[in-house]
Amino acid sequence: MDKVIIANNLSLSYTDNENIINKVNFSINSGGFVFITGASGSGKSTLLRSLYGALKPQQGSLIVGGVELNGVSTSKRNLLRKHIGIVFQDYKLIKEWTVEKNIMLPLIINGYEKAVSLTQVDSLLKHVRLKHQAGKYPPELSGGEQQRVAMARALSHNPILILADEPTGNLDEYSSQLIWNLLEGANNQLNTTVIVVTHHIPENMNIDYKHFHIEFGTIHEVN
Amino acid sequence: MKSISNHFSLVIALLSILFTIQIFIIIDRAVDSYKENLATNYSVVIVSQKQLSKDTILAINPLINTYTELKPDSVIKRLNANMGAKNIELLKLSLPKFYKLKMKHYPTPNEIKKLTKDLLKNRAITKVEDFATNHNITYKLLLLLKNIISIFAGTIFVVTTLLILKELRIWQFKHSERMNIMGLFGSPIWLSSAVLFRLAIVDAIISSVLIFMIFSYLSNSVLIQEYLNNIGINIIIFDNIYDFAILFTTAISLSILLAIMIVIGHKEEV
Repeated sequence: MDKVIIANNLSLSYTDNENIINKVNFSINSGGFVFITGASGSGKSTLLRSLYGALKPQQGSLIVGGVELNGVSTSKRNLLRKHIGIVFQDYKLIKEWTVEKNIMLPLIINGYEKAVSLTQVDSLLKHVRLKHQAGKYPPELSGGEQQRVAMARALSHNPILILADEPTGNLDEYSSQLIWNLLEGANNQLNTTVIVVTHHIPENMNIDYKHFHIEFGTIHEVN
Repeated sequence: MKSISNHFSLVIALLSILFTIQIFIIIDRAVDSYKENLATNYSVVIVSQKQLSKDTILAINPLINTYTELKPDSVIKRLNANMGAKNIELLKLSLPKFYKLKMKHYPTPNEIKKLTKDLLKNRAITKVEDFATNHNITYKLLLLLKNIISIFAGTIFVVTTLLILKELRIWQFKHSERMNIMGLFGSPIWLSSAVLFRLAIVDAIISSVLIFMIFSYLSNSVLIQEYLNNIGINIIIFDNIYDFAILFTTAISLSILLAIMIVIGHKEEV
């Protein structure tokens, strides 16, 4: 099976003094569903940031989607990001753009035709049950609705990889369930690799998944 | 409302800069026009022992534009009563020649000094009256006026530039968030900063059009024209093509520079 992520001897750090992730080795298969757990400050989000090239490896090598991220150029990194969908705990929606345009963002960046983009956005809005909110701006929506918009944005361009950083951390039951269903759907139906950083793995997951746990700067698989 | 407030602060800052520039242009034109008036009225009188040809006079110094010979008739008229016609003719021949020289432009004190020196090099010329004291006072007043206006314009320029720099920080904060989010999805810098450049260009166009309207109105105002006529200045307050081109170019350059500074100063969120 193809590996979408390969980490060899990977160390991550924000400063030169102390590694947050220390010489870890792991790989993730294409089409896999992976949960990464760990205590607050253990380095879960740091690891996730490194996967979309926001944090360069301090040591070792990290290959995502065939791109070596150690010393990657900005243009190559941008090219990789075009094939990744990211969901953040704080949503990261553009406040001055409507819901519709926010979902369309990856499609604009990937150069999709407007008609194709509108059809895709329309379909996603139905999936996240926000069709009636299409013309609204993010600050006019609840937290759960904003996260659903972020989820739709992450799915809009059919990415090879979805990275989600505590996507249901601040959400109510209804929105949380909707997000898990969407992530499962993307993995099941589109064979998209999904990596979710979370404190709690939902009990009612209907798919096979891998579970990595981060502790004291190292990562190990939980059976 | 949100859209208007997005534009308001930069448009105001650009407007004040453009206004200052146009006022400076007007003052400069007024001073030049006044200098032209002075040049028309200013002349140097020379006394020569013999008749001087046009070529000789014009070759003395390039500053000399025209000359007129002053007839000694008024002096002779006073002596006329006591002298015979033959004596008067003899007197006319023995009197020195007087010439009034007009300049191409209003000369600086140094130019006058050089002119006097050049004139006196000609052996036939025995006396040069350059009215230097009067000239110096007027010239210094003109310089003073121009300097005061320059300092005033410079101060306003500095204040508005500071205003724009403050605006830059607000823009940096406002646009950084959007640029960061776009960057997370692989947007190249030109695409994530496109909104910023569009906003900058639109603001430059808005402020240029507003300043065009203000000065077009002022240049057609009867009150302003009357006032300028009263102080003897006849200038174009606003040249629809030349002045607008200067102001528009300044506005576009400044706002694009502002956008470039934001893009350069943008740091990716880790």
